[in-house]
Amino acid sequence: MTPTAQGPAPHGPAALIEVVDLERTFDVRRRVEGRRRRVRESVVAVRDLSFEVAAGEMVGYIGPNGAGKSTTIKMLTGILVPTGGHVRVGGLDPSRDRVELARRIGVVFGQRSTLWWDLPLRDSFDLLQKMYRIPPQRYRANLDRFVELLDLGDRLDTPVRQLSLGQRMRGDIAAALLHDPEVLYLDEPTIGLDVVSKSRLREFLRALNGERGTTLLLTTHDLQDIEALCDRVIVIDRGTAVYDGSLGGLHARGGSTRTLVVDLVDEAAPIDVPGATVRRIEGPRQWLSFPSDASAAPIVAAVASAYDVADLSIQEPAIEDVIRDLYSRGA
Amino acid sequence: MLHVAVASRAFRRYSTYRAATVAGIFTNSVFGVIYSYAYLALWRANPSAGGYDSQDAVTYVWLGQALLMTIALWGGGATDDLAERIRTGDVAIDLYRPVGLVGWYLASDLGRAAYHLLTRGLAPTLIGLIAFRIALPSSPVTALAFGVSVVLAVVVSFAIRFLVASTAFWLLDQSGVKVMSGAFAIFFSGMMLPLVLFPGWLGTLALGLPWASYVQVPADIWLGRHSGADLASALAFQVLWAVVLLAACHGVLRLATRKVVVQGG
Repeated sequence: MTPTAQGPAPHGPAALIEVVDLERTFDVRRRVEGRRRRVRESVVAVRDLSFEVAAGEMVGYIGPNGAGKSTTIKMLTGILVPTGGHVRVGGLDPSRDRVELARRIGVVFGQRSTLWWDLPLRDSFDLLQKMYRIPPQRYRANLDRFVELLDLGDRLDTPVRQLSLGQRMRGDIAAALLHDPEVLYLDEPTIGLDVVSKSRLREFLRALNGERGTTLLLTTHDLQDIEALCDRVIVIDRGTAVYDGSLGGLHARGGSTRTLVVDLVDEAAPIDVPGATVRRIEGPRQWLSFPSDASAAPIVAAVASAYDVADLSIQEPAIEDVIRDLYSRGA
Repeated sequence: MLHVAVASRAFRRYSTYRAATVAGIFTNSVFGVIYSYAYLALWRANPSAGGYDSQDAVTYVWLGQALLMTIALWGGGATDDLAERIRTGDVAIDLYRPVGLVGWYLASDLGRAAYHLLTRGLAPTLIGLIAFRIALPSSPVTALAFGVSVVLAVVVSFAIRFLVASTAFWLLDQSGVKVMSGAFAIFFSGMMLPLVLFPGWLGTLALGLPWASYVQVPADIWLGRHSGADLASALAFQVLWAVVLLAACHGVLRLATRKVVVQGG
């Protein structure tokens, strides 16, 4: 375990995904002014990365562009060989047992389709049934269930190239799940979707995890995906984990504050109550901040007893701010 | 059964391009006529060149035209799909699947080849038969052996095209290598000139290279120039190259996933 990965208690032997001191470097050749030959350089995409994921967890895997998210997923699925450390998924070494592992995992990309462009959705699904050798009964049951849940019924005979992005995405998700994978990797699944499609997709994923205990590992830039789905977040920056823990813990770690917005009946001097400080005043409205982990109740009570209050509200810290803070601190 | 499904899907996909098929058959036939007259002139000057008589020579021309698309002499077919998917990074999706990449694309290319054989292979053969009275296989065994030989020709050609497409893992684009490989294929397959006419060491070399499997070997089997043990060794020659080259495909693929970035995040 690396000191940077401040994680929950280790999950023990039940861990489905096990990553230890993982490292991947790429050799690149770079042109250098004044030299005839390009210079060989080693670029580190992932280093000292360790974490475990237990069966049934929903984990958000987030980080800025180029942090190493996709590289990690490629190593977890076996299409990229690590240059150091080790990976186990369901007891298999992904790069050595890639084909065997492929039967037990599902992968969804927001920006690529696993479906066949020129085939109707139904034909793509049929091809997948043969590819994964899904027993016919199981296949039919799964197909019916996903078609219903993902509302694909009237789209089954449409060629994939004619589907809208949202429909294609739902088709892709069904395609990734037909063979009952133990783990589902989702790489920015909600990218480009409208608000309604996003929330339906999240609902579906939550139901999937609840019903079947499918483990989800989700990379995204949309933190609402994380808030809606994941109990646990791993934040990666510059190839290494800078945070591993609960979403709530991320707030605490970020030293974030909540804000109490007070609308007084009349303009007044800055409110003075213990445990909170005034950040901003605009006419009769004042913004008080207090630590995220403190209770709001005594502060509200104190304000209400000492001032004439018209209205009160509490603002939770935006997770975006917390994470931005985390990235910049790593710099 | 998956691979059969993949092959039949490729067959159907190509069969949607009807106009292209008709135009292609026309082109093959025009070239067949031109080559036939050129060869007839050549064999009038030397009636037993390369051990062929003039009917053999004309038959060779039409077999070449019939095999041109089936073996994808110029490149193309399923391996072009692969090169494109490597370039865009979509090959990652192929790698996530619980099937070998080589077998998958081979199945798809065989489906394509079957379509091309039935259209762009059969039609020129019939035209050659009517217009130039080309020779037909002398026995069912010869015809069967020719069929096996054509399948092997497609496999050898596929493996070479797969290797060419794989260069995209390193070069991002296969087109330069593809053009070069196409030039070798045209020369050494016997498409331009039967390899039996190549002089001395060049002939020996050409008959030992994998491209000989494309046209020369199947044509000689059709013409009945191989029989008995000789026929077996002609087919064994193709099998050997097919096995060696497919093994190379697997090796290159392993190397690619070890060394190379799959494009895109």
